Parts: sequence; structure tokens; C-alpha cells
Amino acid sequence: MSMQIRPILASLRKHRIPAILIVLEIALACAVLCNAVFMIGQRVSDIRLPNAIDQAGLSSIEVQGTDPKQAGDDIPRNLAALRAIAGVKAVTAMNALPLTNYTWNGGLSTHPDKDMLNKRIVGMQEYLYTAGGGKALGLKVLQGRFFNADESAGSKLDSFMPAGHVVLITQSLARKFWPHGSAVGKMLYLGDKFSYTVVGVVADVLRPNRSGQGEQSFYYSAFFPLQPNDSALSTYVVRSAPADRDRVLREGIKALSTLAPNAVVKGRTFSDIRDKYFADMRSMAWMLVLVCAVMLAVTAFGIVGLTSFWVGQRRRQIGIRRAVGATRGQILGYFRTENFLLSTAGVLIGMLLAFGINLYLMQHYEMSRMPWYYLPTGAVTLWLLGQLAVLGPALRAASVSPVEATRSA
Amino acid sequence: MFGYYLELALRSLRRNKVLTALMVLAIALGIGASMTTLTVLHVLSGDPVPGRSSTLYYPQVDPRDMSGYLPGKSQPMYQMSWIDGMNLLRAKRADRQALMTGGLVAVQPHNTMLDPFYEAARFTTAGFFPMFGVPFEYGHAWSAADDEAHARVVVISAALNDKLFGGKDSTGKTLRLSGASFRVVGVLGDWHPNPQFYDLLRKSFGENEGVYVPLSTSQDVGMNHDGSTDCWGNGGSGKNPSHTAPCAWLQFWVQLDTPSRAAAYKTFLVHYSEQQKALGRFQRPPNVRLRDVMQWLDYNRVVPDNVRLQTWLALGFLLVCLVNTVGLMLAKFMRRAPELGVRRALGASKRALFAQLLVESGLVGLAGGTGGLLLALLGLWLVRRQPAEYASLAHLDPAMLLVTFLLALGASLLAGLLPAWRACQIAPALQLKSN
Repeated sequence: MSMQIRPILASLRKHRIPAILIVLEIALACAVLCNAVFMIGQRVSDIRLPNAIDQAGLSSIEVQGTDPKQAGDDIPRNLAALRAIAGVKAVTAMNALPLTNYTWNGGLSTHPDKDMLNKRIVGMQEYLYTAGGGKALGLKVLQGRFFNADESAGSKLDSFMPAGHVVLITQSLARKFWPHGSAVGKMLYLGDKFSYTVVGVVADVLRPNRSGQGEQSFYYSAFFPLQPNDSALSTYVVRSAPADRDRVLREGIKALSTLAPNAVVKGRTFSDIRDKYFADMRSMAWMLVLVCAVMLAVTAFGIVGLTSFWVGQRRRQIGIRRAVGATRGQILGYFRTENFLLSTAGVLIGMLLAFGINLYLMQHYEMSRMPWYYLPTGAVTLWLLGQLAVLGPALRAASVSPVEATRSA
Repeated sequence: MFGYYLELALRSLRRNKVLTALMVLAIALGIGASMTTLTVLHVLSGDPVPGRSSTLYYPQVDPRDMSGYLPGKSQPMYQMSWIDGMNLLRAKRADRQALMTGGLVAVQPHNTMLDPFYEAARFTTAGFFPMFGVPFEYGHAWSAADDEAHARVVVISAALNDKLFGGKDSTGKTLRLSGASFRVVGVLGDWHPNPQFYDLLRKSFGENEGVYVPLSTSQDVGMNHDGSTDCWGNGGSGKNPSHTAPCAWLQFWVQLDTPSRAAAYKTFLVHYSEQQKALGRFQRPPNVRLRDVMQWLDYNRVVPDNVRLQTWLALGFLLVCLVNTVGLMLAKFMRRAPELGVRRALGASKRALFAQLLVESGLVGLAGGTGGLLLALLGLWLVRRQPAEYASLAHLDPAMLLVTFLLALGASLLAGLLPAWRACQIAPALQLKSN
């Protein structure tokens, strides 16, 4: 093999333009491929983000357009009606659900001081739920406990924060506030008016949408108990076995519409909420896959076309080599080695280009640094593609008979 | 001569159908992908209020405490608080002004055939309609006096009018919204500003609101605010912020007819901030912005990053396709070296050969462009079926149609240049000898 490299290089020097074209094509394809696959990977990992609630068993029913003054009567009545449906395991009324794009943001801090300058405030999503909401959502308590009945009954909404004094926070939020040591029993403050004791830490639950302060902030959620008497609690969350879910949702919508004939009642399963939130990303990922596939095909055909032309041009030389004793295998090896050399040059340039494009995209778009292993993966893909594409023309070259050497000289 | 070249080109293209098909396909795919994404980009970066966008401004002030303030770097508050909005509205320093916010109302039709449903609403002062040049199909907007009187009046969109009143003139009719009765005073005409510049937090693209209610009235009835609420200090967040809460949840727009008026307005905003600071309401030094519509859209990066990335990707793909076409074209032209040699020997000049080969690559470009157009139409159809909120806007307009063909022709001529030049360098004698 190594003996062949010198004549290959000599021959490539004579056909500079086609050689450069193949190198360029492989370089471009490699650069685009690495970045596109990286983007696909990012989206797929987003779509699969864990979310520690009972995603398969939950449904939500929104009720709007009722009299806010009646909330204290309406909410317990609605909860009771939902609880009465066969197959319902638990219900709660909430202000918002993850991935619904309906945010209640607040800023919590570990210090109550008025000197705002030195205070570290962390933005979080404020989830409010009525008694039993933690179990209804399927929150997983990692440390501490859920709210007790007194805590739930004693909490009213004061402007936008609950006046109760307890909170459950997600693991990510706990780590943000207290990187070392347990969060349970510690205090959190909002301004100098509201203070909360952390009674428990739950596994990470997503916010209603991504809030753009780093990867982990998507998990900065806090849960507060609330009495069932505030119109902010317009989302009813129903938990059932996944098999019963669709029927339970239908019956729930019917029950609430009957109780409030003038209200707007809308229901969705949590699976639908999640699908809708990520639909954009899913379609973008598919589009990227399509572009990659078509681009690889185009590149492969380009290599086939150019190598075929090359082989056609050199039939006589191949014939001479065969006549002086080269085997078919050696001719095949020649073209494959040649393609390997061109591909190597191509992927080297391509990897540099891919890295550069990634740097550019990082500067101008919300894009993170591409992990290094995408580069060699892209390179190997194009090496294989090159070898596959060259196989046909190379086989045709190998089948040139030695007689060709004597023809039309 | 051109006719002859055309005939030669057609003959040559027909001789090697697979190679020709590959070239046409490569150009078509590249053009199709680029045109799909460029069209989406073109549609999304358009001017939502042509003719008015340079006189409409979005003033911002900064009423927050010092927490997190970086001199010179911190952007002012994104939206207006009730107090600031009302102060600026009443100051009437602009040619026109309107204070507004988004909402969600329950529409409770009298017609029992229809179930109650939600409709997106805009709670605004009267300036909204004349300032944005909103056309009316029936009736008219409400007046500033209606704002003052907290009148129970409503303007509805043509789509909602179709749904509720079968598209007939509904002015004077009664409509129940969120538990209160309103009188319809106007029905909007054909008005679909995209992007929805006046409240980008609600959504950037798509249908505008169905219901328009005076801001003052919406607060009396307790209609639900729908949009983002940003609070500072002791404020929290939530559905319906109280008017005194330190929360920003309204949008304030002004019309300033000349650049000097705009400059004067900016000075006014600085004075206002200084005055509020003296009163103790503001704590930061004056931090104001006054962006016009296009600057505001640009600042908000209203064209989704996904769309920009897709455009880059498609252009990269087009480049791969082009390099590929150059290679294939080169292979094709070089294979015809003997034929070209004969033509040279018979007296054709290099220029003549060059022109002939370019005609051939132009032909490939035209075929590729046609294919690309079909693929772009298919691509746009696929985009319209996507869940994105801008999906329904993705249509090809005549300008982009022209761009498609120019791009295809230009690309293929460019791809043909190098191979044609190489092929013309053939020494005629050598080719004749070897045959």
C-alpha cells in the first residue's frame, strides 16, 4: 500500500482540479455534517429532558370565565366532582403546569436584607397547589416531606406570593442556593416581606418554559401550598392510571362544563402538553436529518461521477499496468488508496471548518460548544462514504483488460 | 449562433442522461432547500406596518431599584408599569400614543349553538387604531372619551365577527365577555400585522387578537391579563397585577412624525426619569430607550434562531451541491475533449467554445431552477404544516420567484465557468492525434 502512495500523488498532481474539487466537497460535507448532527443531538436531548412528575398519568383541565369572587365555593366543588369520577387517583388545583408557557416567575434569595445590591436573587417558577397536590402531581421527595394539612389550609395569596411560610424546591434549585449541605430547614426570602422554610427537596420538575439563564435554570421550580379559594388556581390536575387517562379527561371536562355552563372549559393530557411544547424542536430535528441524508447522497454521487470520469480517462494506463503484471486487487487498491488520501485531506480541512462554524454559531446563536468527538465521528462517516462511493468506479477500473494497453495508441 | 449552441448543448446533455440528471438534481436540491429557507426568512423579517414603521416608537424607562444595575449595560424595563404608562399617556407629548396589554377573555355567545370559548384580547387606549392605521369593515374605533368613561364597548376582528355574527354588520349588538355585557362598536377590516410588533411577548407571528376592549374597562371587569409580568422589589408575579404593584406588564407605543420630534421625546423620557427619581419612585439614573418598529424587532430577535440556522444550513448545502456540480460538469466537458478538439481544428475560437459550454451549463441551471422551484414549493408546503406559529405565512411571492431563477442560473453559470475554461485550454492537435 505504501508503495502505491508516490505514484498516486504524482498522478493527483497532474489532475489538480478534480482532486481539489473532491477534497473541497468532502471538507464542506464534513463541516456541515458535524454541525448538523450536533444540532440534532442538542434537540433530541432537550426533547428527552427528565421531568419528575407522573407525566403519563396526568391530565389538566382549565376553567376560565367564572366569577373570581365565587372561587372559594367553585374550587372545592370542582375538585369534589373530579374526585368522584371512577379511576381518578388524585386531584389538585394549580396556577400553572410545566411546559405550558404560562409562567409565574419570582426571585428568591437566602437573605432578607433590604440592601438589594449584594443579594443573590435566583429566578424561579412559582407553582401553587391545593392540599394533596404533591401526591397528585407525583412529585418525588428526595429529602424532607410534603406540606401537612395545616400548612395547606393556612396559606392565602397576598398579591402574588402565598402568605404561608413553607416551600418545596427542586434539587437543582436547592443546589443553586446551597451547593454544599442540605436545604431542608433553611430559609428563603422574597424581598423583605415574604419568608419561607424549605420543608422538602423534590426531584427536578421543569418550568413552564425555558428562561434562558443557563441549562440548569429550566429546573428552577418551587412549590407552595394554597387554600382552594383563589381564582389563580384555574388549572385542575387529575391523576389516573395511563390506561384510564383519556376517559377520565373526557368525563372531567363534561363534569366541570355542567357545573359552570358559562365558563370556558378546556382539557389536555400532559403528554399532549409536552408534545406540543417540543413539536418545534422535533420538526427541526427531522429537517436536519433530511438535509444530512440528502447532502451525503449528493456528495457520494459527486465522488462517483468524478472518479468514473477519472477511470475513463485512464483506461489505457490501467491496461498498461495490468499488462506489466498488476493484479485486479492492486488496481482496486490504487483507486481506494487514492480516495482515502483525498478524503483524509478533505476531512482534515472539514474538521477545522466545522470547528470554525461552531465558534461562529456560538457567538451569534444560543449554541454551546461542540464536544470534540463529533469531529472524528463526522470524519469517519465521510471516510466510509468515500470508500463506498469509490467502490463502483474502482471495480470498473479493475475489470479493464490488459488488452486495453494495445488499443488506439 | 445561440440557436446552434443550444442544439449542441441539448444533444450533449441527452448523450449522457445519468450525468445530466445528477447535475440537474444537485442544483435543484440545493436551490430548493435554499429558497425554502430564504423565503421563510424573507417573510419573517418583513415590515409589519409599511409606511408607518419609521414613525412608531416603543419608549422604555427603568423604574427598578438598584439591584443588579450595571451602569451603561442594563437595559431598561422591557414593559411599562401601570403608573409610568398612565403618566406618559397623560403627558401627551407624542403625536399619538396608546397604552395597552394582552388578555384572554371568555366569549359567552348568546347563540346557544356555540359553546363558550376563549379569545385573545387587547386591552388598549383609543390611540391604538389611528396610530397603527387599523382599517375597519363596519363601525369605528372607540374614542378617548370612551376610555375616560370606562365605556363597555368592544371592537372585534373580522374572523370573530364571522364566527359570532355570520360576517354581518354587528355594530350595536351586545356581546358577553368574561361575565359582562359589551356593545360592539366596530369590526376590523383586513388587518394582519406580522410580526405582531406591538406585543412580542404574547406571540411574534400569527393571527392578531379577536377582541379589543378599552384598557380602563378591562380593569373594571377584571379581565385576565395574558402576557408576561415582570416585578421587582417586593412584587411577585401573576395574573392580574394591581395598579400600584412594582410590576411592568403594559406596552406603550408612540407616534413621532419627525426625527426631531423623536429626539425631543427621548429628552422628555430622560426628564421624566429624573423627576421620578427626585420623587423617590425611581432609584436608578435615567435609563431610557426609544426604538422604532424595525429596531424593536431587531432588538427582540424576532426571526427565530431556528430559521436563521436553517438558512445557513441550506446555504451550506447549496455550496456542497455547487461544488458537486462543478466536478460533474468538469468530468462531462473533459470527456468531450476530442469533439472540442475537432471544433477547434475546424476554426472555432476559444471564445466560441467557451460560449457553447456556458450555454450548456446555463441550460442545466434552468432545468435545475425549475426543479428547485418545485422543491421549494414542496418545502414551503411542508413548512406550512409545521407547528411553528409563523407556519401559515410561508408563501412564495413574485420577488422570491425571480430570485429563485436568478440564483439557479447564476449558480450553474458559476459552476460552469471553471470546467468550460479548462475545456477550452485543449490543444487541438493533441486531441486529433490521439484519435
